[in-house]
Amino acid sequence: MTTATSPVARTANERRRGGSIAWHVGALAVLAVVLYPVIWVLGASFKPSKDIVASIDLLPTEPVWANFSGLADGISGISISSFFMNSLTYAVLAVAGVVLSSSLTAYAFAKIRFAGRNLLFTLMIGTLLLPYHVLLIPQYVLFRKLELIDTLVPLVAGKFLAVEAFFVFLMVQFMRGLPRELDEAARLDGCGHLRIYWSIVLPLCRPALITSAIFTFINAWNDFMGPLIYLNTPSKYTVSLGLMMFRDQEGISDYGSMIAMSLVALVPVIAFFMAFQRYLIDGMATSGLK
Amino acid sequence: MTLVKEAPARPAGKRSAVPVAGRRGRRRENLAGYLFMSPWIAGFLLLTAGPMIASLYYAFTSYNLFTPPRWVGLDNFTTMFQDPRWQKSVEVTLKYVVVATPLKLLLALGVALLLAQKRRGQGLYRAAFYMPSLIGASVSVGFVWRALFSDDAIVDRTQKIFGLDVGGWIGNPDYVLYALVALSIWQFGAPMVIFLAGLKQVPQELYEAAEMDGAGPVRRFWNITLPMISPVLFFNVLLESIHAFQVFGSAYVVSDTRCGPADATLVYTCYLYQKGFKEAQMGFASAMAWTLVVAVALVTAVLFWSQKKWVHYEEAAK
Repeated sequence: MTTATSPVARTANERRRGGSIAWHVGALAVLAVVLYPVIWVLGASFKPSKDIVASIDLLPTEPVWANFSGLADGISGISISSFFMNSLTYAVLAVAGVVLSSSLTAYAFAKIRFAGRNLLFTLMIGTLLLPYHVLLIPQYVLFRKLELIDTLVPLVAGKFLAVEAFFVFLMVQFMRGLPRELDEAARLDGCGHLRIYWSIVLPLCRPALITSAIFTFINAWNDFMGPLIYLNTPSKYTVSLGLMMFRDQEGISDYGSMIAMSLVALVPVIAFFMAFQRYLIDGMATSGLK
Repeated sequence: MTLVKEAPARPAGKRSAVPVAGRRGRRRENLAGYLFMSPWIAGFLLLTAGPMIASLYYAFTSYNLFTPPRWVGLDNFTTMFQDPRWQKSVEVTLKYVVVATPLKLLLALGVALLLAQKRRGQGLYRAAFYMPSLIGASVSVGFVWRALFSDDAIVDRTQKIFGLDVGGWIGNPDYVLYALVALSIWQFGAPMVIFLAGLKQVPQELYEAAEMDGAGPVRRFWNITLPMISPVLFFNVLLESIHAFQVFGSAYVVSDTRCGPADATLVYTCYLYQKGFKEAQMGFASAMAWTLVVAVALVTAVLFWSQKKWVHYEEAAK
């Protein structure tokens, strides 16, 4: 290694510092574009309605609370909290369904040798690439025949039946990585599959379960097409549909409230992301690699 | 292995460590397997396979939900292929897929190459860049997008600096689709994270050896990085283009609920939604859905076929 005093080392150091500055300039430029819409909505929700679109300032000169207090009135006689409760119910049910059904299915794929396993696994991976459109109409017809339209059942039924192949796949990959010795030892001690699944595999799979749970929560929270098709009564609307009501029914004077509610609707997603970003990003990364 | 040492304690002799051998054991394993799988099997039959078959049948019928489906043969398909709005929706969707997917992946790869260098704050940047992928599908962001691309908003003001005086993109049929493209590109974080994971697995020795041989950064990128991450690139191309074919929410929220103006954002799903759920033409909509399935299957097949030519798997190199 050259010592720090030699001229060669100094130019190399300078070049590295120059590269470092260029790197940070590049990264900050991307960051500015990425964060702009988020900071914009934060600033806009504290501006008077008429200033929101056209004002040049990103943040309000004199912040106003009117947009948020306007939310307290609700929309068309429905309180804003109703939308949030409906979204929360949907998301929590979806998380429970996905975690339970996907982990059971993944356990079978990863830990039980049964006839036809490989064929079923191929079928499951195949459903990952299937455009959901082809299921849209027949599923609607099915749930309509069962008189389940305007309930949460059509939205969460698939979650309890492990239809979300991505999460099954994620958990299978994780379970295959667990040391075989653990469950083999448990089997020698006379444990059945249910015991092994519940007491050994599930606790060890916590990272994969958390990743699936957070993704499911966020997807359900953001879901727009599902509620649009299946929910008809405004009192059952989720946040996505509530926001659309704002857009469709109110005049420009409530534009500020619409933007404020957009911000409030983003808060849970961003909070979850900040708390669990490592799980989410690592989960995404492994799905692409194996 | 510790297990093998423990095994002789059992009277089974040469049996494997786990007592599953024997016909009864195997039958019990089969039963356990299918019991654990039963939610998925029920879901697959009731919510995937069954509906697919039903949808294929509806595609050849006239069905409005209130009277039973009536067989019409290929009528839905012949009407569809001649329908100018269907043709428009194909055109809009193809334009969206062909413009948005490469730009998004190019940005994702570029930023991944930047973030692959070990620098301070690298983890924070990675997290921040990923965030749009989580919120991009929400109605909230759709509204923000609508505002940012309106008259006199930031995009309009910026383009005026460059002498482009077209006004906001939202009301303009020639530009509005590009607002949706921009929304898709903004969510480059998801493929970026996958690229980053791929870049991390490239053996560092390859770069050192190439540098020793005098290969510059451009040569190193083309001859080492690109071939080594080609499986990840393939995965991203496949997933992103399939997703792009299915775009709906952004067209419905950002432009307007008719996917206008002048059908400028009438993406395939949007037209399918209008036909199925606004006009109750379930047969026509099913025919549309199956046409899309075939189209996506063709694209997937072509991509898989083409990967022999450009995707480099490590096993093949050894």
